[in-house]
Amino acid sequence: MLKTLVSGDTPRSPFLLAILIVILICLAFAPFLFPGVRSVDTAARICIFIVLVASYDLLLGYGGIVSFAHTMFFGLGAYGVALANTHMGRGFDALLVGSVAGAGLAALLALVIGLFSLRVRAIFFAMITLAVASAVAVLVSQLSTLTGGEDGLSFKIPRALGPAFKFMDGELFGVKANGKLLKYYLVFISCFVLFLLMLRVVNSPFGRVLQAIRENDFRAEAIGYRVVHYRVAATCLSAAIAALAGALYAVWLRYVGPDTTLSMEIMIDILLMVVIGGMGTMYGAVIGATLFVLAQNYLQNVLSLAGESVSSLPLLPDLLNADRWLLWLGVLFILSVYFFPTGIVGRLRGK
Amino acid sequence: MSAAPKHAPTMAQMSLAERLAPYAPILLVIGLVIAGFVAIPATSSWLTLTVSGLAMGMMIFIMASGLTLVFGLMDVINFGHGAFVSVGAFVGVSLLLLLEHMTGAPNLLWNLTALMVAIVGAMAATGLMGYAFERVIVKPVYGHHLKQILVTMGGLIVVEQLIIVLWGPEEIYITRPESLKGAITFAGAALEKYRLVAVAIGLVVFLAMRYTLRRTKIGLIVRAGVENGEMVQALGYNLRMVFIGVFVAGSALAGLGGVLWGLYQEVITAHMGNQTMILVFIVVIIGGLGSVEGCFIGALMVGLMQNYVAFLEPKAALISNIALMVAILMWRPMGMIPVVKAK
Repeated sequence: MLKTLVSGDTPRSPFLLAILIVILICLAFAPFLFPGVRSVDTAARICIFIVLVASYDLLLGYGGIVSFAHTMFFGLGAYGVALANTHMGRGFDALLVGSVAGAGLAALLALVIGLFSLRVRAIFFAMITLAVASAVAVLVSQLSTLTGGEDGLSFKIPRALGPAFKFMDGELFGVKANGKLLKYYLVFISCFVLFLLMLRVVNSPFGRVLQAIRENDFRAEAIGYRVVHYRVAATCLSAAIAALAGALYAVWLRYVGPDTTLSMEIMIDILLMVVIGGMGTMYGAVIGATLFVLAQNYLQNVLSLAGESVSSLPLLPDLLNADRWLLWLGVLFILSVYFFPTGIVGRLRGK
Repeated sequence: MSAAPKHAPTMAQMSLAERLAPYAPILLVIGLVIAGFVAIPATSSWLTLTVSGLAMGMMIFIMASGLTLVFGLMDVINFGHGAFVSVGAFVGVSLLLLLEHMTGAPNLLWNLTALMVAIVGAMAATGLMGYAFERVIVKPVYGHHLKQILVTMGGLIVVEQLIIVLWGPEEIYITRPESLKGAITFAGAALEKYRLVAVAIGLVVFLAMRYTLRRTKIGLIVRAGVENGEMVQALGYNLRMVFIGVFVAGSALAGLGGVLWGLYQEVITAHMGNQTMILVFIVVIIGGLGSVEGCFIGALMVGLMQNYVAFLEPKAALISNIALMVAILMWRPMGMIPVVKAK
């Protein structure tokens, strides 16, 4: 039964299995295990980024296509929900309409970009997505009447997901039984389902063809698969799932803005998560996103401690400044592409 | 047995469209200028915009030329090219700030000398950095596009962060040298002096590059290498050395572009390189990856388009360049001047 649930793609390493189970349990019971606003927030971020990174891995790890527009799709979903809630009033129907519209638009845009660039040369895709994504980011910050510009949009989500709503009296295992708890479980369950769905996709015949194309597109074409069709389909699917992740992120934050959804920094974060976790395996996304979000929240403290301990030396304190953590992640990123192209998961599986 | 058909060749001149086809890209630039003339009501503002469009195009060309040649020659796509632009700008601007007594004096010769010192310093720094970048970052991932994109992107992150470590996180404001400030009036249009200098430098770089590629032996080897690298190596040339040379030259040019761009914007940040890369990528795609002429024409088109549209409808400026790229890719999917590869 469990094997069917993960589509036959078991972790294939006892250590990896143990880590995954620990992560799953921590995320599933986060509000009870780690009460506190900040840690629940971290858990929700991890859930959403697992889906986002996994959808990017569908493209990069399975399809062998580099895209820099993933934050654009993420943002489309987020803005879809925000706009639907602002204009339709708060309600679950607005959430649904917003996320479906965002996902549809993302898939359509991905189709157009894909048909334009993947038809010619896969390498064009990386450059064109970079250009289009930054144009969209500029456009969103300029169209301030619609999108709120740089300030973004704050909106109201259904009352049942707010802290004021109580679905039962008193407390549930020491945690207030309010809408915030429901919201966390909405995010968690949606992410869990989306993740299992992607696991299903990559282990389907479609996923196998994608991997064949990644390994040798010329041969795949010769065998009789339309390489362009498969690549474009993967792009659309990955864009739609990224948009759904964006919608969940918007619901969680009750806010969208260019910095939280569209910025190049998030795109770079996604790249780091995929590569460090392990390309070409969905479990890599889980490990990568979890490690990265934790590092983002807690590594800065470690770095500032290290910076203080060498404060008498020249230049070193600057290098170890808490704001320079991206520098060290960049170095780690380059080293992992060279030496561990299969990432942490690949190492654990002993490839 | 029937007789052989009579030999009757028809000697028809090629149709006008066929004869014009090779010149289509350059005609497109002229067409764009004319379209701008029609769309913009006042002639003087059209002239101002054309000059600033050309200046912008030249600067983008300088930054993009190295990228396109490196790709053409070695099939290496460098997403970290923007790092050289940023480093060039920071080194150049720091030198200009050091030479304040020269840039502050209202003496054209002194100002230009200071600018030259800044440019040479920036080019030397980025050239050296290009050498290191090629050796450390690019060399291990030859022939693997996916890894190249990832690794060079990682290199960009590291370099941007190192700039912040060395120069601090704040943006640096810079004023242009004294005699390059302000504008001259020509036919009722205000032409900024600095933009004219940028156009001049861009033209010099383009002509020098064209001369090197077309008239010198090293240029011959580079062009042959773009077309069929294996054959050039079989003839006994060390293409690896040539490639490193091109990579260093391309990085140095990106540094030059960085100085010019920094002075054009009058403010520099660590992320400026990556921001200009958006236009640079559009330019190399519409020009045809690997083609220097295509890159030049593409850069001019993007520069002009950006300036005209920004004047007519400010919000559509960046989108207009995307639209231009889409239109050109529909017309010629491999770019305006596709590079023929014997592979």
